[in-house]
Amino acid sequence: MSKELKPDQLLDKIDHTPSCGNWMDTPVHIRPGMYCYAAKAESVETLGLPNARPWNPTDDDWKLPENWKEIIHNAIKERLERFRTFKIFMDICVRCGACADKCHFFLGTGDPKNMPVLRAELLRSVYRNDFTKAAQILKMIPGGEKLSGGRPMTLDVLKEWWYYFFQCTECRRCSVFCPYGIDTAEITIMAREIFNLLGLNIDWIATPISNCYKTGNHLGIQPHAFKEMIEFFTDDIEEITGVNVEPQFNKKGADILFITPSGDVFADPGTYTCQGYLILFKYLKDKYGLDVTWSTYASEGGNFGFFTSHETMKRLNAKMYAEAKRLGVKWILGGECGHMWRVIHQYMDTMNGPADFLEEPVNPITGTKFENAKSTKMVHITEFTADLIRHGKLELDKGRNANRIMTYHDSCNTSRGMGLLDEPRYVLQNVCDNFFEMPSNTIREQTFCCGSGSGLNAGENMELRMAGGLPRANAVKYVHEKFGVNTLGTICAIDRAALSTLMEYWVPDVKVYGIHELVGNALILQGEKERETDLRCDPLPGMEEEEDE
Amino acid sequence: MNQKYMLPLAGVFLLFLLAYAGVEGVGLQWLFGIVIPYLAVIAFIYGFVNRVMCWAGSAVPFRIPTTCGQQKSFPWIKQNRIDNPDTAIGVFIRMLFEIFLFRSLFRNTKAAFNRDENNKLTYSWEIFLWLGALAFHYGFLVVTLRHLRFFLEPVPASLAFLEYLDGIVQIGLPGVFVSGIVLLAAALFLLARRIFDAKVSYISLAADYFPLFLIIGIAATGIAMRYFTKVDITGVKEFTMGLVTFHPVIPPGVGGLFYAHVLMVSVLFAYFPMSKLMHAGGIFLSPTRNMANNTRAKRHINPWNYAVDVHTYEQYEDHFREKMIEAGLPVDKEE
Repeated sequence: MSKELKPDQLLDKIDHTPSCGNWMDTPVHIRPGMYCYAAKAESVETLGLPNARPWNPTDDDWKLPENWKEIIHNAIKERLERFRTFKIFMDICVRCGACADKCHFFLGTGDPKNMPVLRAELLRSVYRNDFTKAAQILKMIPGGEKLSGGRPMTLDVLKEWWYYFFQCTECRRCSVFCPYGIDTAEITIMAREIFNLLGLNIDWIATPISNCYKTGNHLGIQPHAFKEMIEFFTDDIEEITGVNVEPQFNKKGADILFITPSGDVFADPGTYTCQGYLILFKYLKDKYGLDVTWSTYASEGGNFGFFTSHETMKRLNAKMYAEAKRLGVKWILGGECGHMWRVIHQYMDTMNGPADFLEEPVNPITGTKFENAKSTKMVHITEFTADLIRHGKLELDKGRNANRIMTYHDSCNTSRGMGLLDEPRYVLQNVCDNFFEMPSNTIREQTFCCGSGSGLNAGENMELRMAGGLPRANAVKYVHEKFGVNTLGTICAIDRAALSTLMEYWVPDVKVYGIHELVGNALILQGEKERETDLRCDPLPGMEEEEDE
Repeated sequence: MNQKYMLPLAGVFLLFLLAYAGVEGVGLQWLFGIVIPYLAVIAFIYGFVNRVMCWAGSAVPFRIPTTCGQQKSFPWIKQNRIDNPDTAIGVFIRMLFEIFLFRSLFRNTKAAFNRDENNKLTYSWEIFLWLGALAFHYGFLVVTLRHLRFFLEPVPASLAFLEYLDGIVQIGLPGVFVSGIVLLAAALFLLARRIFDAKVSYISLAADYFPLFLIIGIAATGIAMRYFTKVDITGVKEFTMGLVTFHPVIPPGVGGLFYAHVLMVSVLFAYFPMSKLMHAGGIFLSPTRNMANNTRAKRHINPWNYAVDVHTYEQYEDHFREKMIEAGLPVDKEE
């Protein structure tokens, strides 16, 4: 799609002024480039989720179960009881419009149904009709139905839900500005749970979760292949540094289990971040005897189950604690990822804890107790590395990143679902000298989504992704032009893949780096040879001329 | 003509006429002055309590605050204790800021996109919604508190002091109360925003206009009675004291305008619990704001957490054992 739709054409489409008229009378048009393909039946079957069948979102007939309306009604009812968020958020929105222009999809597409308030109203209108007294009273008055703002559930309404709740990346930016903290992510999560009761998932989510369930990771990398891929990185690192970093797998009795998104093992430029982790662990092993193991069973940090249902999230997440218990490690270290950390930080312990078989995490090198992780027993790698740097435990050569003029993208989940803001910046500024922040309305808790989160980083919805990523790209472009920024740092695996595509589209001179790729470049391993290139095999600053000769 | 606001407007007019004509023409003072107010208050109390109990009856399965600042991690990284609280005190302060100062709304920005050679998206601070909302709510609060003088005998000194402050701008006779003017002006501003801001207009429902018209009607009739028609204030006090002491009386010399005011207030009361006005109660219970961000430090319990099917390590190893052995990966069972 992006190949067909030029950036200028996309920009021409943006109009933030909705037309007059009633949004309920505007029918949904499921448009190519804006939606993801339907879940394959076999992927839905892996987890035993309902109504597995081939179907196509653009067909009139979605092959729904006979009693689909009843299923939806009961699902809403059950969720109103189970989630206070859902119930309150259905009732108290005053439609003040503060959230309207906070959504990256609205800013990028101008589609009024991408205003968070209206996205929620899509569902709220049916809730009002079916569950509120006001609507029931108004229905008794002639013409009163229109006054209540309710509408009955129909197939068109369902299609509209599907189209727009798969145009929300659950980034929570709207929730920061809402005077009542209404979180559209929470409403999207409920809608997607309902879709999954009807077999209406998208394939970009359904197939990864099926893979993750069976093989341990979203990409379906089998254990031997997982090991081979990491060993392939080991060879690359040896070529660059002269040191064999000797990764360990499924090792019982290791100190720490390390889990990162499988995207880091599979997709550039995440692979370089992965090499950064390997270099760090080697350094810590040689210098301080820290024993870190990878797992092939729990080889996925990410959790697309989170984009399916709470239950699926729990089923996939269970592997982390199970593997930590089986291997007998002290605690778990987690790699750079966004939604993985939302799940770990806000859900894991509640769902699959208590992790009483693990120890309260302490950095054995610095003695620092990670007080903020003492129950869940899982530490973020930038917390871990920041602590090491703070205590002077790493030898770093910043000069090796001197050609990186950096800015930093806060990923939605770690900023608004955790508050991990200054740890990655601390690491970044200790491995790189040139750092410029993007404008303050686009970073930290106000950060803009990459436009591809929550399982929407497919290929077929490229127009949606490029439009949704526009606000982020626009801010990068600003610092690129003002300060000559050429590198966008991030701590999210989806970002590393999605922002690379986004930058190519909007700001082609900017490359995307994980923070630990920069750490890997800067960290001086014991016994390493003089490095000539960085992890991407590009010449290090000062080494360019030698190459030319 | 937009029926989303024309119908609610007509509805409020109808209410006004109903009470005015009912009192002036048919003499239904007892209905608009006694029966309806009592019913409205009962509906309000029952409805409000019921709604809050209903919310409280729903589980809070996960601790999912929206974090709007730096988390607590190391002593050397400065935590934002209010926007990302990890303690009950922090949460309390965050909630105070939300409830009394509309903290989140204060952050509001306005996005603009300029389609030119720069194609820049810009965000500017947008204070007017915050100001309008704050003026509206505090205006309403002071007006409501001032009205307590009709229901208390003797009038407490604190109320008299509030009145003194409210009337500190001395213009004409009777002295002007700032709060009533602020309330009316703010409500008109919020209404104008709803009608003329294309985005807000597009999302607005009849249910958004109705309470605004109702409140504008209440403020306008109140102001009219105080400054223009000069309602018989002793008669009004006699009437309100009758209601509050459960010995209702209909004083002579209090006209239709007053009953129109009372009817609109009654309708607002009765309508409150089944409408979006319940945000007043909901904000206290909003889990993204009233929870501490300490989920990794302190385990949160989900009351309905249930066991799920998982793909165990044993199943995984059974599936891949040969390949794992071949690749030199350790296995639990050799066979």
